Amino acid sequence: MEEIVQAFFNREIATEALPIVLQGLLNTVLLSLLVVPLGLLGGLILALLAHSRSPFIRWPLMAWVDFFRAFPPLVLLILLFAGLPFAGLELGGFACVAIAFFLNTGAYYGEILRAGIESIPRGQVEAARSTGLSGLQAMIYIVLPQAVRNVLPDLLSNTLEVVKLTALGSVVAVPELLFQARQAQSVTYNATPIVMAAVIYFLVLWPVVRLLSRLENRALAVRG
Amino acid sequence: MPPIVSAKAIHKHFGTLHVLKGVDLDVAERELVFVIGPSGSGKSTLLRCLNRLEEPTSGSIVVDSIDMLSPRTDINHARQRIGMVFQSFNLYPHMTALGNVTLALRKVAGKSRAEADVLGRAALERVGLADRAHHRPAELSGGQQQRVAIARSIALEPRVMLFDEPTSALDPELVGSVLAVMRSLRESGMTMIVVSHEMGFARAAADRVVFMDHGLIVEQGPPAQIFESPGQERTRTFIGQIQRH
Repeated sequence: MEEIVQAFFNREIATEALPIVLQGLLNTVLLSLLVVPLGLLGGLILALLAHSRSPFIRWPLMAWVDFFRAFPPLVLLILLFAGLPFAGLELGGFACVAIAFFLNTGAYYGEILRAGIESIPRGQVEAARSTGLSGLQAMIYIVLPQAVRNVLPDLLSNTLEVVKLTALGSVVAVPELLFQARQAQSVTYNATPIVMAAVIYFLVLWPVVRLLSRLENRALAVRG
Repeated sequence: MPPIVSAKAIHKHFGTLHVLKGVDLDVAERELVFVIGPSGSGKSTLLRCLNRLEEPTSGSIVVDSIDMLSPRTDINHARQRIGMVFQSFNLYPHMTALGNVTLALRKVAGKSRAEADVLGRAALERVGLADRAHHRPAELSGGQQQRVAIARSIALEPRVMLFDEPTSALDPELVGSVLAVMRSLRESGMTMIVVSHEMGFARAAADRVVFMDHGLIVEQGPPAQIFESPGQERTRTFIGQIQRH
């Protein structure tokens, strides 16, 4: 018992590792604040393009989305980080994470937003257009606000996944929460920093999970 | 005086389906034209072609001297002059009644929020719903929703109003309130084209009834003539069918 406490819940090591781990938390937050909006933006662009009637836009788009949904994000990340230098292009860990997440999570956000847009009855756009609003205005003021509300639980759920996936950054030396905890662990020869990281992840994300459950229940209740 | 709406030789194909087969329709200013006909006769499609919600396959449409089908026409600008009311209301559920009415005033007509609010409230007043300005569509009855939809159109001061089966989705006891608003619009001199089976209203208010079948205008004339002594067998059959209800 004593050994377990020493190895996993060591108070002295926790005190020592705290600044390092907190620095990691800060970087995870910053990374999330970068990749979530980036993914949403990519998704929005994909969803709007998916609205296009031209097969010359729709087909390549479908292939794009399918490809990045099927491609494991870790493989994509390592390909960018370790592969591109062979083509003379060295991007650094942070940029690689940003690009990989833009491609990967953008495809997911895109599918969610597309479903949301398609859930809005055509009459809504017709009413808007009949009063003289342009197609873009109808999208911005009428379709998107309703679409986002309809798929809010899915958007939030995907965002939760994205934040968890930022731990992949540790593989390419981005000093986010997991990476920092691993650093502290290797310096102290003790698992306590990893436990700290785990607890922090849980404390930060658990409220989001609760919120998600409430949204999903409410959505079910509305649907009756 | 030239007609305010002039549609000539309108054809509309949906794939292999030939829905409008050369329809001509002129409507004079302040005229109320009723379009009747069996479902699938093309009457709604004709209406939707007039403001180009449907793109006619061929033909010409001039509304208030604007060539609606010309590529040089700013269609969003032109549509402000043509109000449209739909069978299913199509109110924006995420906005209040006032929000529904003021959106195009602000975003298309370029009014400030304050100006738009004044005009929007006046439009709601005209349909008798000034006290419902801050209600969401879900908090309104079907009849009230349709009246808000009418307010949304008239707020833009259109020259012509199109009504696409405006009372078909309403419970019978709510139809009267919508017809009352339409009657007052009529009395204010609005040019109106109405696709509807409200025969009582047509008899009382319409200047002309147009009967369509299979994508063509079969017969048209004053309501008394079309309802009492139609010249065509098809018209007679249709009038007989709806009057039995």
